Amino acid sequence: MSVAVAPAYHWQPSTLFGSRARQRIVLGVFALYCVWSIYDLRIDYARVARGLPRALDMLARMWPPDFGRWQLLLDGMLESIQMAIASSVLGAILCVPLALCAARNLAPVLVYAAARGVIVVGRTFHEVIVAILFVKLFGFGAVAGLLTLAFSSAVFLAKMIAEDIENIRPGPVEAVRATGARFGQVVAFAVLPQIIVRTLGVFIYRIDANLRHSTVIGIVGAGGIGQTLSASFSRYDYDFSAAILISIALLVAFGEWFSDWVRRRLR
Amino acid sequence: MNSLRHEYPRTWQRRSLGQTLRAWLWLAGAALAAAWSVSALDIEWAFFADAHVQAADLIGRMWPPRWAYLPTILRPLIETIHIATLGTVIAVVLALPVAFLAARNTTANQFTWLIGRAILVGSRSVNTVIWGLIFVAIFGPGPVAGICAVAARSVGFLAKLVAEAIEEVQVGQVEAIAATGARTSQVWLVAILPQVLPVLIGTAVYRWDINVRESSVLGFVGAGGIGLYLYASINQFAWPQVLVILIATSVIVLVSEAASAWVRSRVT
Repeated sequence: MSVAVAPAYHWQPSTLFGSRARQRIVLGVFALYCVWSIYDLRIDYARVARGLPRALDMLARMWPPDFGRWQLLLDGMLESIQMAIASSVLGAILCVPLALCAARNLAPVLVYAAARGVIVVGRTFHEVIVAILFVKLFGFGAVAGLLTLAFSSAVFLAKMIAEDIENIRPGPVEAVRATGARFGQVVAFAVLPQIIVRTLGVFIYRIDANLRHSTVIGIVGAGGIGQTLSASFSRYDYDFSAAILISIALLVAFGEWFSDWVRRRLR
Repeated sequence: MNSLRHEYPRTWQRRSLGQTLRAWLWLAGAALAAAWSVSALDIEWAFFADAHVQAADLIGRMWPPRWAYLPTILRPLIETIHIATLGTVIAVVLALPVAFLAARNTTANQFTWLIGRAILVGSRSVNTVIWGLIFVAIFGPGPVAGICAVAARSVGFLAKLVAEAIEEVQVGQVEAIAATGARTSQVWLVAILPQVLPVLIGTAVYRWDINVRESSVLGFVGAGGIGLYLYASINQFAWPQVLVILIATSVIVLVSEAASAWVRSRVT
């Protein structure tokens, strides 16, 4: 009887990719891709190096932030907030038919497919792209911004609500339907009570998201504080830009805190 | 015996009077906010009268798409993906230390925690396009500004979620490693990092597909990618080209979304 010899064992932490070899391959391919992409972008390193002192210069000119033109700043901020609120409400109204059509358990297949198509394609376009198309349609100003955010909100809300509708318990729907209720009554008495809390949460989240987006779509001329910011940047008015950036950061942080607070209370 | 003869209402009502009143009050408040917002925006309602005509006209000008333009935008499309990927990679590298700084159980003291939180808030509350505006002013137009913009916005996003994961790691493993006499850096590397790695990779891949969508518009402020071509085509009223770009962008965004969902389903 020989004493059992413990096999040479070197402990290794387990990997995410199944095996060590596969991990090496995945990481290797990814590293190669990164190298290729850096090469492919043909970056002008001399220009990048020149940018660093310019960044310091810009920071120096941003300080102290100039809140002297607070009237202009306040107008832009108010317009952004108004755009966010109005577009959230408009989006909430527009999303109802879309959400009902995009729920597999309520809509016939063809309607469902069409509504899902609208949602999938609509979500791929960044708000700024939608904004510039609306600017071309309705001219510069808050109307284009309002419609942009309303469109994006409607598509986003419809997607979230449709998923919630698909996850409801079928019992209440069958029960209400068995009483001879019309479609509208089924939605009002069997579907809505099951989704309303989550829907309110999603809606509040969307107001917050609209607030964030309303600060940026002004860059293509769709109104709000973004337009003011873009103008100040193009005039090298960096201390005013700094004031605007700080205001935007505060507004966005407040919006996020507010939406978190409301959603915590809803739960 | 009196209480037994309590009268129940003959007809069913979903809500009590108070609930109904409160619901109507909320609705009235929302309607008031909406009315104030819309009225204060100074909307020229006459613009809406011929909106459908304008929209039909725009679509009419876009159709048919000019497919011959596709080879021209192939490079910018690839550049868009490069910007998203490299920006995300830089963000991951920067986000790890920030996340350890911003997590309550790994940060050194109150002051370092505040620094970490400040970086999170600052990075997250400025939109990618606005970051683009800033970096174009620094580095001049081009993909470098785009990469920096994507990285700057993603750092906060990634670090916030990873910091939350760090705060929720299992204490047992941390204590076990600490009990072997490991230094703090070893505890982080061996006990904490492996626990948050799936979260890090999952959120990084998720952020990457958001970034592909974001970098499609970075060109509007001159930060490289397909946005530059879209902006130019719109300003030249080259609508059939615009349609080609829109279709191509949407395909790329959809493919990256599907790829990201596939990877995430395998990681988590």
